[in-house]
Amino acid sequence: MKRVQFSSPYLPYLFLAPQMAIIFVFFYWPSVQAIQSSFYLEDPFGFGSTFVGLSNYSDALGSAQYQAIARFTVVFTALVTFLSLGIGMLLAVKADAVLKGSAAYKTLLIWVYAIAPPVAGLMGMMFFDQHIGPLVKFAALFGWDMKVGLNYNDTAIAMIIVSVWKQIPYNFIFILSGLQSIPASVREAAAIDCRSGTRRFWTMTLPLLAPTAFFLLVINMTYALFDTFGVIDVMVKDKAANNPITLVYKVYMDGFRGNDLGGSSAQSVILMIVVFVLTIFQFRFIERRVHYN
Amino acid sequence: MNRIRLLDHLVLMLGVFVMVAPVVVAFMTSTHEAADIHRNGLSLAWGGHFTETYNTVLTREGGFTGKITGARMIWNSLILGIGFAAGKIVLSMLAAYAIVYFRFRLGTLFFWMIFTTLLLPLEVRILPSYEVMNRLSLTNTYTGLIVPLLASATGTFFFRQFFKSVPEELLEAARIDGAGPFKFFIDVLVPLSRTMIAAIFIIMFVYGWNQYLWPTLMTTDERFFTLVRGIKQILLVWVGSNIPDYNEAFALAILAMLPPVMIVLIFQRWFIKGLTESDK
Repeated sequence: MKRVQFSSPYLPYLFLAPQMAIIFVFFYWPSVQAIQSSFYLEDPFGFGSTFVGLSNYSDALGSAQYQAIARFTVVFTALVTFLSLGIGMLLAVKADAVLKGSAAYKTLLIWVYAIAPPVAGLMGMMFFDQHIGPLVKFAALFGWDMKVGLNYNDTAIAMIIVSVWKQIPYNFIFILSGLQSIPASVREAAAIDCRSGTRRFWTMTLPLLAPTAFFLLVINMTYALFDTFGVIDVMVKDKAANNPITLVYKVYMDGFRGNDLGGSSAQSVILMIVVFVLTIFQFRFIERRVHYN
Repeated sequence: MNRIRLLDHLVLMLGVFVMVAPVVVAFMTSTHEAADIHRNGLSLAWGGHFTETYNTVLTREGGFTGKITGARMIWNSLILGIGFAAGKIVLSMLAAYAIVYFRFRLGTLFFWMIFTTLLLPLEVRILPSYEVMNRLSLTNTYTGLIVPLLASATGTFFFRQFFKSVPEELLEAARIDGAGPFKFFIDVLVPLSRTMIAAIFIIMFVYGWNQYLWPTLMTTDERFFTLVRGIKQILLVWVGSNIPDYNEAFALAILAMLPPVMIVLIFQRWFIKGLTESDK
């Protein structure tokens, strides 16, 4: 906070009023409602609701379908995070290493960030199309009969590829700016001490990047959990029955298609807890990052 | 040494190919006729039907009600993108100003209340949010589309961080010169924040334009469809026809990505600055 500040009995409240009003109406009210209705069973015809305690939670967590979706979400999140972070880091390290054309590579590699997930999903649908999709034809060269939209595993692979593709630029931007903030003196000292570029990467670059990488780890996990909704929604085309979906998509389906307010809310709250834990992690690592700097 | 550099360039070129080629193919394919695409698959060559396809997509009245055109959806997307970005900047600058430059009793409490919004993304509270919007009868309005998205703290934190880095001497000098809170804000802070505002505007415009889940819930009336939201609806109408209009689907995808991509490319430096600073 500032040493010198204004003091006024009403002005700060006036300035905060719009933001606080919006947060109250569109954040706190719905969040409280979600927690509240997760303990109730809503009558499907709208005749009131009954308190059922934790049974919405036990129903959700106990159902085999929910567990299967949770398992898929974990695998999906792990793969999307790992692959987009890995590829983004590889490209950033290379773009940082080359002397000529670095700016051009940077420009060409970052702009996919601006493509919306459902638009990426639509393009993915076309590239994995049964009739015209070049990637399906490519897979056929290896004797792999890819049926995206029909075969569970094939759809999952296509979804992961599209989600990773869309997220690479984000990781690339952050890691490249992290690399570029490593002081030249440190690099030179490392270059004198150690001839092997690979070893320098593992012993000097990567530890210095670690705070950025941890931060990105959390961001990528939130991306895979929530922002991929558009990719999934477009790619499963409302036929979620035998297609892979994530937990957020299930919240949406149960709430809006199944009209199961209580169940959907209970799932929302479960996800809230997941995000909560993730965010706490994130802030711990951000503190560390500030510390390093 | 040379061999290593060559390898670096090869990896980067492969990366560029993977990132760029799908979009180039999508654009080129969109200039072919649907039957042509159906026969020959996607294409890397110019098809020569650019004007027809894009004209159709922009002006033909489609959808279930036959009322929505591509141009109308672009307009809605612009309203959402610009409205969201502008709203976010105004709200968060004011809030950050109050938190950083004023001493008041509930300051810390408000700060933590704003801070908490970072913990729960919209996706985990979609159904109750929808219920609230229904009760306020804000569904199928621009207000309902834009305002609930503003209920997060990202912008506030960004400006708070920036205001804290503004030298103390400025405020001291301004106070000696007799400037009050309003004058200081408008004549000193806003001009100082110009680059920050630009950076945040770009990030938020892209974010707003690309919104999908919220517009999907909020708008059932096709007149309010944004481009990104409309894509799936249009896809659903096409799926099942004999020869799907692949060219029009690709044209819509290209139109939906064009404005945010252009902005990111043109204002690249601000974009990177805004992104790497605001997400910290």
